[in-house]
Amino acid sequence: MSESKTMMERISESTRSLTTGVDSRDVEHWVTIYIMGRGYEVPADLTIMTAMEFAGYKLIRSCGCRQGFCGACATVFRREGQYKLESALACQTRVEDGMYLVQIPFSPAEAAYYDIESESYDYSVFSKHYPEVARCVSCNTCTKACPQDLEVMDYIQSAIKGDFESLAEQSFDCIQCGLCALRCPAEIVHYNVGHLGRRMFGRYGSPEPEHLKTRLAEMERGEFSSALDALVGASTKKLKELYAARVRESDE
Amino acid sequence: MAQTIVITPKNETFLKRIVALSAEAITVCDQCGTCSGSCPMIHEMDVTPSQLMRMVQLGQSEALDTKTMWVCASCFACTVRCPRGLDVSKVAEALRQVTLRRSVDRLDIRNIPSDELAELPQIALVSAFRKLTG
Amino acid sequence: MTSEQTSTTHAALDAGSPKRTRLPYYPGCTLKTTGKGLEDSALAVAETLGMELVELPRWNCCGVVTSLTDDDLMRHIAPIRNMVRVQEMSDAGLVDDKRVVTLCSMCFNALKWSNARIGGNAEDLKSINDFMYLEEDYRGDSEVVHFLEILKELDPEAIARQVKVPLGNLNVAPYYGCTLLRPKSIGIDDPENPTIQRKFLETMGATVIDNSYKTVCCGSYQTVPDKYAVAELTHDILSHARSAGAEAVTTFCPLCAFNLDNRQREVLEKHPDFEPMPVFYFTQLMAVAFGLNAECCRFDLNHTDPRPLLRGKKLMKEDA
Repeated sequence: MSESKTMMERISESTRSLTTGVDSRDVEHWVTIYIMGRGYEVPADLTIMTAMEFAGYKLIRSCGCRQGFCGACATVFRREGQYKLESALACQTRVEDGMYLVQIPFSPAEAAYYDIESESYDYSVFSKHYPEVARCVSCNTCTKACPQDLEVMDYIQSAIKGDFESLAEQSFDCIQCGLCALRCPAEIVHYNVGHLGRRMFGRYGSPEPEHLKTRLAEMERGEFSSALDALVGASTKKLKELYAARVRESDE
Repeated sequence: MAQTIVITPKNETFLKRIVALSAEAITVCDQCGTCSGSCPMIHEMDVTPSQLMRMVQLGQSEALDTKTMWVCASCFACTVRCPRGLDVSKVAEALRQVTLRRSVDRLDIRNIPSDELAELPQIALVSAFRKLTG
Repeated sequence: MTSEQTSTTHAALDAGSPKRTRLPYYPGCTLKTTGKGLEDSALAVAETLGMELVELPRWNCCGVVTSLTDDDLMRHIAPIRNMVRVQEMSDAGLVDDKRVVTLCSMCFNALKWSNARIGGNAEDLKSINDFMYLEEDYRGDSEVVHFLEILKELDPEAIARQVKVPLGNLNVAPYYGCTLLRPKSIGIDDPENPTIQRKFLETMGATVIDNSYKTVCCGSYQTVPDKYAVAELTHDILSHARSAGAEAVTTFCPLCAFNLDNRQREVLEKHPDFEPMPVFYFTQLMAVAFGLNAECCRFDLNHTDPRPLLRGKKLMKEDA
């Protein structure tokens, strides 16, 4: 870009996208992707999510934290010339030339309603609330579909065996995007099973953390009441000052 | 009084489908009834296993409406005794699969009382779901 | 237990017997829950006999019932995936045998059947291997055996030497059900008149009661949609054993155990004069005869408590 142009000239000539902020004149490498069958030229270094926005989509579903944590942007795609149906999080995956894709905004499933205090800590909690886990044929399609690279089939098998610890360990990073459940030939809703299992493990299987007990006792005794009252009573200006001056672990 | 049974192309198609699914030479059944005499679930059935075999031989898709194919427990008592070496349990499975593959369940999982689900061993649920849900 | 210890134990037990110490072992889901009494007692019995049953890593549910339609490869994936684990374990030299040992009769049947069906068909084996591309290819040459077959290979004297509490006055009817026997190509004994349990129960000193209902199906998975139909079979099977003189029956199957034992509750609803009968896992009785710690039998999981019977026969201490 020429140095001699003024800021105003540059703005007036800009082809910057309103949503992605990408100026098409800055782009050297382009790829073609097909969103629901229609082809779009997009910059090669965009994620699927930003590429869709570049192409003109305004995402009101299938879009959340944009950081790979919320699980809202499940996407399925095929690469040109490939038979495999792959899946990914749109915010975490870069576009590739010839990608055919669509977003899956929602996985229809009902989560169990239960009182954790009255459940028994064995496999029967899964039989009661998600009996369809017994339909698993060990095809491993769920694992292949998981954008978090979890061993999904293994944690469903742990549920069948009543092994809560292994289930909790293996499903810990689940973000509930729902891709496993949509691919499952046995119609299992894996993420709900994992959720139930982790709650059960948290309630009955893992030791109560000492530091939490200590801190709760401190709060009960009112050790933080005056500090909290001071914050609640502070002006916005004071809060901003406090925030800017806060000490973070990474600063120490 | 003699009764004439007409075998239509539709009957033949049905027989061929069950033969293909079960991989059993269903037409060689000579209706001796040994399977029916060996079946532990016969008291629960509407037609006997040998009658079921006859219905399939004649290509009668009404076989799909029988209770018999669903209450078969796949115990293979008939299989080890059939003098023609046929496996009737495979024929029952083929009939079940014709229905289950259309995603029509015989057993409604969500209607099993919760206290029963909690008591049943996994082995019971896995096998029942494999045999009775699509 | 370390392998060194195992071989010492083994050598001490049956010098000159086939060198078989560490065996791959497939438990199956139910042996981790309602069938824990079968697993714990069998592992203790195996250890006493100089064998270590080494649990397969990452095993999955076997599917319990073999798919009987000809085109249904998907339903064979679960058993074959377990066979990949057997192969891996054996290739890594973690076990001394390529045969995987099963305890649960239904797991035995499902694994052996699929292994024969797929292992014996190169085209289908390739299809399944291609589908399971994340696993190493299964070669189809591992075998599935049942614990009873392993016992049969041992020196009978070596088993007899371990009997510390002979089951002298206990009248037991061995029950076989279906999946240890049928179909013939899978079964481990004569499908019409099996006797494999008799020999060992006699070695334990028990009085073995034969009866014609020993091979009659317990109703299997029909216990889910129709518990009363199954209860009728339970009534027939146990009543015949009782009238032949039996005080208890033995089984190797956790589904037979559930139907014969837990369904006695439904039997009593329909037949109030029915006399409840304890249902033992075969290896629970072996553990009793070997004088092993009763904890390994997990009698607390049995529906009809067998302990009063055992105490009455002086086979179990009053406080155990």
